[in-house]
Amino acid sequence: MYSDYESIISRLNEGRLWDFPGGVHPPELKELSNQDPIANIEIPDKLYVTTKQHIGVQGSLSVEVGDLVLKGEPLTKSTNPFSVPVHAPTSGRVTAISPHVSAHPSGLPELTVQITADHKDKWCPLNPILDYQQKPKAKIVEAICNAGIAGMGGAGFPTHIKASPKKNIEFLIINGVECEPYITSDDRLMRDHAWQIRQGIDVLVHLLSPKIVIVAIEDNKPEAIEAMQVACQENAKYLVCSVPTKYPAGGEKQLIQILTNREVPAQGLPVDVGVLMHNVGTCFAIADAVFSGKPLVQRVVTLTGAAFRKPGNVWALIGTPISHLLDIGRYKAKLQRQRKLIMGGPMMGFDTLSDDVPVVKITNCILAPDASEVAAIGSEQPCIRCSACADACPASLLPQQLFWHSKAKELDKAQEYNLFDCIECGACAYVCPSEIPLVHYYRVAKSEIRTQQQEKDQADKARERFEARKERLAREQKAREEKHAKAAEARRQAMEEKGNGAKDKIAAALARAKAKKQQAESANAVEPAEQIASTQDTKKDKVAMAIARAKAKREAAKKTEPKETITDSPAEKAEVADSAEQIKKQKVAAAVAKAKAKREAAKKTEPKETPTDSPAEKAEVADSAEQVKKQKVAAAVAKAKAKRLAAKKAEEDKSK
Amino acid sequence: MTIVSALIALGILALIFGLILGYAAIKFKVESDPLVDQIDEILPQTQCGQCGYPGCRPYAEAIANGDDINKCPPGGEATIKDLASLMGVEAKALDAAHGEEDVKKVAFIREDECIGCTKCIQACPVDAILGAAKQMHTVIEDECTGCDLCVDPCPVDCIDMIPVSETTSTWRWQLASIPVKQVS
Amino acid sequence: MKFTLTSSPHQRVKRNTGQVMRLVMYAAVPGLIAQTWFFGWGALVHFAIAALTVVITEAALLELRKKDFELAIKDCSALLTALLIAISIPPFAPWWITVIGSFFAIAIVKQLYGGLGFNLFNPAMAAYVMLLVSFPVHMTTWSIPQALSLYPTGFFDSISIIFTGYSSDGYSITQLRTYIDGYTLATPLDTLKTAISQNLTVAEAIESPAFEYQLGAGWFWVNFAYLIGGVYLLKIKVINWHIPAGVIGGILLLSLAMYIFDDGKFASPLFHLFSGGLMMGAFFIATDPVSASTTNKGRVIFGLGIGLWVYIIRTWGGYPDAIAFAVLVMNMAVPLIDYYTRPRTYGHKTEHKKTIAVKHIDSQDKSE
Repeated sequence: MYSDYESIISRLNEGRLWDFPGGVHPPELKELSNQDPIANIEIPDKLYVTTKQHIGVQGSLSVEVGDLVLKGEPLTKSTNPFSVPVHAPTSGRVTAISPHVSAHPSGLPELTVQITADHKDKWCPLNPILDYQQKPKAKIVEAICNAGIAGMGGAGFPTHIKASPKKNIEFLIINGVECEPYITSDDRLMRDHAWQIRQGIDVLVHLLSPKIVIVAIEDNKPEAIEAMQVACQENAKYLVCSVPTKYPAGGEKQLIQILTNREVPAQGLPVDVGVLMHNVGTCFAIADAVFSGKPLVQRVVTLTGAAFRKPGNVWALIGTPISHLLDIGRYKAKLQRQRKLIMGGPMMGFDTLSDDVPVVKITNCILAPDASEVAAIGSEQPCIRCSACADACPASLLPQQLFWHSKAKELDKAQEYNLFDCIECGACAYVCPSEIPLVHYYRVAKSEIRTQQQEKDQADKARERFEARKERLAREQKAREEKHAKAAEARRQAMEEKGNGAKDKIAAALARAKAKKQQAESANAVEPAEQIASTQDTKKDKVAMAIARAKAKREAAKKTEPKETITDSPAEKAEVADSAEQIKKQKVAAAVAKAKAKREAAKKTEPKETPTDSPAEKAEVADSAEQVKKQKVAAAVAKAKAKRLAAKKAEEDKSK
Repeated sequence: MTIVSALIALGILALIFGLILGYAAIKFKVESDPLVDQIDEILPQTQCGQCGYPGCRPYAEAIANGDDINKCPPGGEATIKDLASLMGVEAKALDAAHGEEDVKKVAFIREDECIGCTKCIQACPVDAILGAAKQMHTVIEDECTGCDLCVDPCPVDCIDMIPVSETTSTWRWQLASIPVKQVS
Repeated sequence: MKFTLTSSPHQRVKRNTGQVMRLVMYAAVPGLIAQTWFFGWGALVHFAIAALTVVITEAALLELRKKDFELAIKDCSALLTALLIAISIPPFAPWWITVIGSFFAIAIVKQLYGGLGFNLFNPAMAAYVMLLVSFPVHMTTWSIPQALSLYPTGFFDSISIIFTGYSSDGYSITQLRTYIDGYTLATPLDTLKTAISQNLTVAEAIESPAFEYQLGAGWFWVNFAYLIGGVYLLKIKVINWHIPAGVIGGILLLSLAMYIFDDGKFASPLFHLFSGGLMMGAFFIATDPVSASTTNKGRVIFGLGIGLWVYIIRTWGGYPDAIAFAVLVMNMAVPLIDYYTRPRTYGHKTEHKKTIAVKHIDSQDKSE
């Protein structure tokens, strides 16, 4: 089954290819949009650059609201091997960094940098690498990463990772198949820029040193095939292959099967069978990044479907809201039964939730079908087990078994039928005579399984941590007991050794402690705070006492008189503080006072303290850092208490 | 005589089968998880103690000893159903005395208000709060089970339970999101 | 502005279940014409009766199950069942046979199992077997080819026979089955079976006027017409080749082997292929998707099984023809066949490899 390199090459040279099972032939309708060269369009006023547009980790933001950015300036920094930056698509000002509707089936808001264009479109300084063959490979990979290139065929996998594989590559496959109906962005790119794509391939060849490069193009694009043949004719290692038109021939796994008869292992990657695949759009972007230093700030987007009066391909800046593209393509809403704009093709694309959705790096098409082009949201009929889906499945799955199990939520059974090998190409749902949205059922089941798995992982982690904590507590407890026992033993021994002398010392220490305590108590006794506190419950009493004690100490140290005039409420007094330091202190004090006042109000007792004696005032005189901190604690505690009390009171009131 | 020989034959047969059965019981013994482990596996491991036990494992032990299966609000209906099928009892409604099923939340410390008292750290059953005495504390969001236990001990009420919001990476396809009409 | 949200794919083929079922019925038209030509109008009359019964039964049952019956009627699956029942039962069988059969097929075999898609057995064949077991006399008295009959029957004769038991001229069914020379004529398969049980050779048996060029008179053309319909179904890709090829292959293999072994006792493969309901069974009955195997390999096995059972029952069993029994027996084996013929999934080495670990990657990895 695993064909070796020589037999593959000899077969390719004979012009024969393999085939993959299943597949469907939906109407291609490419001629709708591939007539004219890729058009340049005017810059929209506002661009929405989603900060994460690839599979992996989001980079960290490197701009702030209000910054002026030049075209190509990075907006995020790559902080992780799996993150790639995004760049300002044009020059202008960052007017917002906030969640914005995303180019995702859910449309959930994602962190987005909003740029208001200044329409000067001024590039930032660029650093092209002209002599890439002399530079170390790591340098070029870095350049690709910094240019923000992520797989432009649809998945958005960071390209720099795929440009530095750990294994040997026999086949570098350049995917220009574009098997989805309607989409012609790659087709047009190959026709118009075959040369630059070839330059990109050159760079990849330098990085990967494959034995051969196969450029695969579906045979319904003869012009693209010809253009690529012309561009690649100088190099004998580059083979342009015409692939029979069948959906989904452009799927990575399927294309590998067509060209090499090798299958990517179920949990593996193409590199495991010596193959690496890049999209033509990616090659173009690599050439841009290396030879002109330009990061990925624009891409070809196909505007197609009968609801566009002027369909075609355009160079759209990343971040362009699709409403702008709708104007460019002269979208006519009334040609549709209901508004429906598909990002991607009719087989795998998703409905956009609003027309503010921005173009991202993987957006290859905006499809606005008219009423006759899309299936009406039909009524799902019972499965008649006709197996048309199994005949269409390119992965040789049994879609109807998966459907039964997914629908019945028998997730383990569904996995047994290899649910996760489904590539969601939609061929099964396309042929289903009962109009069952099969792929949708699989997606639901898949996300269900993923969530369950995540929950299980999390529960396991929590259990582990809980057990670890229990163990640690037990250990600490034991250690403490041991320590105490040891200390007691040591004391006992020491006592025995020193006899009465030691006893005297202890007695003296005890006496000292007592004296101190008495002193403190007498000091506290003069504090009015204690008087207030004494009217309250014991718990509060303690806190108040602690606060009062602290204050008394402070007062004794400073002996400064408060400067404020007497006013009726302690909170008002707080307002008259002057220095910044004092403001801070005062705030704390005010809070404490407020809390107290509240408490008092709650208790409905008359405030007993005279204004000058109020703790709030006294608090102002404190200055040392230590004291401030203490006070903060006290204030916070008081505040919290007040809150709780108020809540309690409210509840009481309610119950009344 | 015939009766005797029949009895002997039957006796021998019984002995042989008994031996075979006994041998099979040892040879093909299925090592099953002890019941407590299986129950513990089903419980959501929030360690919240809302069931009245200090953690999920103690509750699992209690269930194994015959306690009710409907005392776990974080697990909700799904957990009760799983427990019911494992224990072979009927699923009951969640016991409201122990709380109600809620969306998943994580604790969040308003850090400028934190006074560094470490009380929440001591309360956290899964050591998901980081900090030291008189230092600001913070919750490790990924480790937090949303058990709520840190909220009460906080003397300054600076801990909020925030519902986990949905993002594009946690978003799930819902069957109901497309209008599928079932016929016949 | 919010748009509608649907899941991909956004396109689908225009052929739905109703169309598939209708195409199968259209393909049966040549066979129906041949049957009418040779055996009178009975099949058409029965079809009318059966169609009425199934529609009423289906609507009533779906109403009882509180489901929308309009779409279920429109999908034509019940009508197809009616057609298969009508062409399976003898043309002169009384009307209540069809009514009971059709009701049984829809109410018991189909709806009680959960409706379309959930029935284990082929409704038409289960009904046929039920009728055959319950009313053996009515179900085995086939009419003879019109050309051979002493009393050819017209359209109104057929109606009259079906509803009253006598033709408009007052002839009974037994009389109608009388050959020109006054003998009652059985079907070729019956004739052969009787002859061989009387120790006659095949060569002697086919001397009977029920045969023509060593093949069943009339029956050959009926089968041939169904074969044409079947090829049409293959061509428009309503059915796959696997099941018909299996059925034909199965019967061909066994009959050829036995014919070579002893051509005095066993009839020729060609006779077997074009006798009874074989072609109709191979292309129209065994290919019923609901109750057949769902994998390609499984379908071949399913078909082969039917072919073998048909031959075995025809040759050694108690019934002259055996399509219905063979189909039911193989229906029972479908879950097993399906389980053991699962295709190898892309990227998997063995066919039954269980996926244990969950793959956490987004599987929308279309090119890159």
